[in-house]
Amino acid sequence: MDFVNGLIVLCNFVMVPATAYGGQLALGALGLTLIHRVLRFQHFAHGDMMAFGTMVTILVTWVLQGAGVTVGPLPTALLALPAGIGATALLALGADRAVYRFYRRRKASPILMVVVSAGVMFVLNGLVRLVIGPGDRRFADGERFIVRAREFKEMTGLPEGITVSVPQVLTLAATITALAGLHWFLARTRTGKSMRAYADNPDLAFASGIDSERVVMVVWVIAAGLATLAGVLYGLDKSFKPLTYFS
Amino acid sequence: MSRLVGQHMTGGYGGADILNDCTVAVEHGEIAVIVGPNGAGKSTAMKAVFGMVGLRKGTVRMDGEDITRLPPHERVAKGIAYVPQTDNVFPSLTVEENLEMGAFLRRGGFSETMEQVYELFPALRDKRRQPAGELSGGQRQQVAVGIGLMTGPKVLMLDEPTAGVSPKVRDELIVRVVEISRSGISILMVEQNARQVLAIADRGYVLSQGRNLFSGSGEVLLLDREVRKSFLGG
Repeated sequence: MDFVNGLIVLCNFVMVPATAYGGQLALGALGLTLIHRVLRFQHFAHGDMMAFGTMVTILVTWVLQGAGVTVGPLPTALLALPAGIGATALLALGADRAVYRFYRRRKASPILMVVVSAGVMFVLNGLVRLVIGPGDRRFADGERFIVRAREFKEMTGLPEGITVSVPQVLTLAATITALAGLHWFLARTRTGKSMRAYADNPDLAFASGIDSERVVMVVWVIAAGLATLAGVLYGLDKSFKPLTYFS
Repeated sequence: MSRLVGQHMTGGYGGADILNDCTVAVEHGEIAVIVGPNGAGKSTAMKAVFGMVGLRKGTVRMDGEDITRLPPHERVAKGIAYVPQTDNVFPSLTVEENLEMGAFLRRGGFSETMEQVYELFPALRDKRRQPAGELSGGQRQQVAVGIGLMTGPKVLMLDEPTAGVSPKVRDELIVRVVEISRSGISILMVEQNARQVLAIADRGYVLSQGRNLFSGSGEVLLLDREVRKSFLGG
């Protein structure tokens, strides 16, 4: 019995939160890897892209909450998520058009691109803090928990309990869906294959008639979507604070 | 009217001119070969025809149409395929995906062309699910030629397709090139192994320092005393 109890304590304090946190990191990292592989640089502004997407989602969530719109037990932020993703995608495309494209055309070295993206990072971070402020923001609503510690104890008669929150479950579901979806997209669709081809050999891809600008745009949109998703889930699970995303 | 001709091409990569009034052409269903010593501008001449080298003077015409100002991928759409000497496959994509990328610009089905490529290079059919990067050098060249063929070209340009492969694989590849030309696709190729390819060429160009030194049918060049002395080792 002690052993089972210990296991439950471990689950409650380590495994469940870690799985959720890992999922949030994985979603962010997925976009980061995509940029690294296809555009060939370390995207330092990724964390702030997450913050920006989360910020837009929070703002829209507040509007929705103010208007009394909810989705029952699920957080209202889910409704606002598409707006956040859309805004972040536009932001990423805008940053690419205004900044990255210039350096890409000059075939700038990856290290230069890192510095450039660090510049974008500072601008974005400033923007986010200017709009929503540097403080802690909570925007989670709806049902908070799927499994509560007390219910679990009553159900099993064990002295230790497990809590599983809605954001944690959402994170896991979103991560698995995103991973499978992206894999399918890259392995099966024409656009996905052309992205891998471009990552492998940009010159040959160009000579084969693959539109590199289009590939780049698709990368940004996907990365922005994943970053926003990761940011919002993290914010729901814990709280939103611009500096957390910055670091 | 030539199928594809680069006339009086002069230009380079921005610095000094690499091509000086260089002319290469290929006729319908012919094999034309560019030979010459290292640094003669053979590959550059081919890249210029494909639009990868800026030309200060001269024109490139396809079936009489002036395509001098078209970017490379639009030349692909006009029916020109170019197979680079190196980095000519997508290493992490499977063989079949590589071929699909060749057909990227084509609308409609291309399974028939893919079937033709597999018939030409049966080894590729067996390895179609393998990443191209895992293949041997010779098979990788086959994939590269396959990518070129998948664009559905009228002219196939090959930049030293036999570089770095064993003599046996080289002979095999040259036989395949002849087969491709018999199917009605014109071939323009750059080669180091001048003697062997001039034997199959309808037309040959000997370049040196970006200039045409000799040109004529493959046989004539092979028999020409001067060409033999300077490029074929006697």
